[in-house]
Amino acid sequence: MTRRPLTALALLALAVPALASCTENAPAAEGGGDDRTVTVTSSADACEVSTTEAPAGTLSFDVTNAGDEVTEFYLLGEDGLRIVAEVENVGPQLSRQLVVNAPAGEYMTACKPGMVGEGIRSAFTVTPSDEEVEVSADEQELVDAAESSYQTYVQDQSDQLLVKTREFAEDYTSGDDDAARAMYPDARTHWERIETVAESFGDLDPRMDAREADLEPGQRWTGWHRMEKDLWPQRAGDYTPLTDAQRQTFADDLVANTEELDERIGELEFTVDQIANGSRGLLEEVATGKVTGEEEYWSRTDLWDFQANVDGARVGYDGVAPIVEGKDAELASQLELRFTDLQELLDAQRVGDGFTSYDDLTKQEVRELADAVNALSEPLSRLTAVVVA
Amino acid sequence: MPPLSRRGLLGGGVAAAGLAGAGLVGAGIASATDGPGEPGAGGTPETYPFRGEHQAGIVTPAQDRLHFAAFDVTTDDREALVALLTAWTAAAERMTTGGPAGPVGPVEGSADLPPDDTGEAIGLPASGLTLTFGFGPSLFRDADGRDRFGLADRLPASLKDLPHFPGDVLAPGRSGGDLCVQACAQDPQVAVHAIRNLVRIGFGTVRVRWSQLGFGRTSSTSTAQETPRNLFGFKDGTANVLAEETQALTDHVWVGEDDDPAGGWLAGGSYLVARRIAMTIETWDRQTLAEQESIVGRTKGTGAPLSGGEEHTPIDFDMPGSNGQPVVPVDSHVRVVHPDQHGGARMLRRGYTFVDGTTDLGGLDAGLFFLAFVRDPLTDFVPVQQAMARSDAMMEYLRVTGSAVFAVPPGVAEGEHVGQSLFA
Repeated sequence: MTRRPLTALALLALAVPALASCTENAPAAEGGGDDRTVTVTSSADACEVSTTEAPAGTLSFDVTNAGDEVTEFYLLGEDGLRIVAEVENVGPQLSRQLVVNAPAGEYMTACKPGMVGEGIRSAFTVTPSDEEVEVSADEQELVDAAESSYQTYVQDQSDQLLVKTREFAEDYTSGDDDAARAMYPDARTHWERIETVAESFGDLDPRMDAREADLEPGQRWTGWHRMEKDLWPQRAGDYTPLTDAQRQTFADDLVANTEELDERIGELEFTVDQIANGSRGLLEEVATGKVTGEEEYWSRTDLWDFQANVDGARVGYDGVAPIVEGKDAELASQLELRFTDLQELLDAQRVGDGFTSYDDLTKQEVRELADAVNALSEPLSRLTAVVVA
Repeated sequence: MPPLSRRGLLGGGVAAAGLAGAGLVGAGIASATDGPGEPGAGGTPETYPFRGEHQAGIVTPAQDRLHFAAFDVTTDDREALVALLTAWTAAAERMTTGGPAGPVGPVEGSADLPPDDTGEAIGLPASGLTLTFGFGPSLFRDADGRDRFGLADRLPASLKDLPHFPGDVLAPGRSGGDLCVQACAQDPQVAVHAIRNLVRIGFGTVRVRWSQLGFGRTSSTSTAQETPRNLFGFKDGTANVLAEETQALTDHVWVGEDDDPAGGWLAGGSYLVARRIAMTIETWDRQTLAEQESIVGRTKGTGAPLSGGEEHTPIDFDMPGSNGQPVVPVDSHVRVVHPDQHGGARMLRRGYTFVDGTTDLGGLDAGLFFLAFVRDPLTDFVPVQQAMARSDAMMEYLRVTGSAVFAVPPGVAEGEHVGQSLFA
């Protein structure tokens, strides 16, 4: 995709031969002469592939749907079972591009109009070339290792969240506000480390982590931030403290929801692309909620959450890093550098076991943190594509 | 020496006849002389009549530039307020035809007086300037419920502050207002000139509460216009009510005579909802193309819905997609706000893209200044906004930092001032 208007592109394509006419052989028209670009037209009863073979390397399948239903396109292994690459959700009259690194070998192409059945299949050959793709024999092992270790991490964080949430609830309902205030950011660290997973349960998240500004009129406010406000009412003006009975209700509710969350997390499995997306997503949480000081509006403990999001992003990245190093070493070293830079800024704000209050950060410090988040987030946004390539 | 004016410098009074007909003091506006306009002027010569059945700037083909201002009335004197509206009407009528704000002009008057027009529009054509006036709920009753100008019994039920929506982080200094003026033009300096001079005329009666510049239209209000792109890079508002849709305008934009027993004065007018929607564009830019398209529900290139076709192809929300989900995702923007999901509720959107410098965090303070004209905000806007706040995937990248609602009175007839029906 280009930001140039489509009409301007067409004009440019027309202009190229004229500009190039001083050489004997004008380059082939855009898109037409590249033997690694394959056009696919999928209709109700046909799957027209522009060629039956292409040289090994980065192949681009430009899939256009000429039918009336959504279609999918697959590049399958020779056995017709293993999915090498796929593109889904190609709407009628729309086009999608599938880019795949394909080593030499025998393959099958398949269009699946209406997304049913085996699809319309043809044999496809990738011939040897000097751009031969190295396939790491142990990549599947790396993938398996990343998936398994991330699952262990998420479950471990969830278990710790449950233990500390119970402790927090105990302190809070027994009126030991100092202990509750100390436990609050500590317990939430485990939530924030797996925030993208925890948030994926659309029913639990608003009950556990809603901020006051997220509510609709009439919606009941429960969860962490409700109790946060009760423990740090300074910014609330004329605040009426919760009664003991109210405290008990909110605490019980949070513990019950955390138990439910822990149980559901036990049933999850993660794929490498989800892990990579989760890593990126956690940095987005930092950019939109933590570095701005909005997440912990009452307690000002945003830097705990900030660190926890970065922890989770880092663990996710470390898991897939061996895969990235084999595919894009430059990206790997850049991410390593940027994670380190950001961590140095966070380490400078440590106080005892915790962090400086957000209120005590200077504008300059906030800006430096934001800059480091941007610097890391930009390359991190390319992680998933590299991992699954 | 013949009076020098914007029109005179241009060498041709396109709309001069209309002005003369209005019987205003000459001011040299109609004295088209000779010579070409100043070089490099970015505006265009078209004019839209200030007077008519409806105010201009609603179904007028959306101009490219905006300056919007909300005002607090600082006087308790109803007569002073009416006098201001009368003075604004005269100035607006002059400026929308390419003339100066005051009856004398920027350089035609006494050397011993400040000019009655500020002068930055000398040499610029009318540039399609429209000025559209509105009244906020606080004009009728203040925060303490006090009837400020004897208008409380004319407050329509639908003219009230919008409810809080999730995602709202409203700045008081960017919200509300007793009055508003929307200035739209093809040239930004013409729009700014208009607001600046109206502000100047209003000193002592009103003060600016907040104002907003918009550098690019994000909506089309006519079939003759292409749908522009917002700062997410997408075409949005494709299902907008257009000027050519006479029945839809009657149903969804113009207030009817019997809509509200207290609001008969508003018949032929409309409600204006203004929302300053900041976009976290840095985060948005890191989403993959496929994710961006699934959030919007359209392709980024042509604006076609994900259910296929071209930009204006009707969206098939039921079309099955991969993985057992509809091809137009359930939380996509086009689905959540589509009229089909809201009993046919539609709006005439007329929003503008803005960039107000940089945030404290070094990001662009950018977004969409959403403007929508509706027959009733409670039915045409609030449910749509609630659905959006609740379930639109795009909300992840938006925060609303300003909000206001105004009643936009009907058009101004000959000899009347803007909003005359309210004060009659």
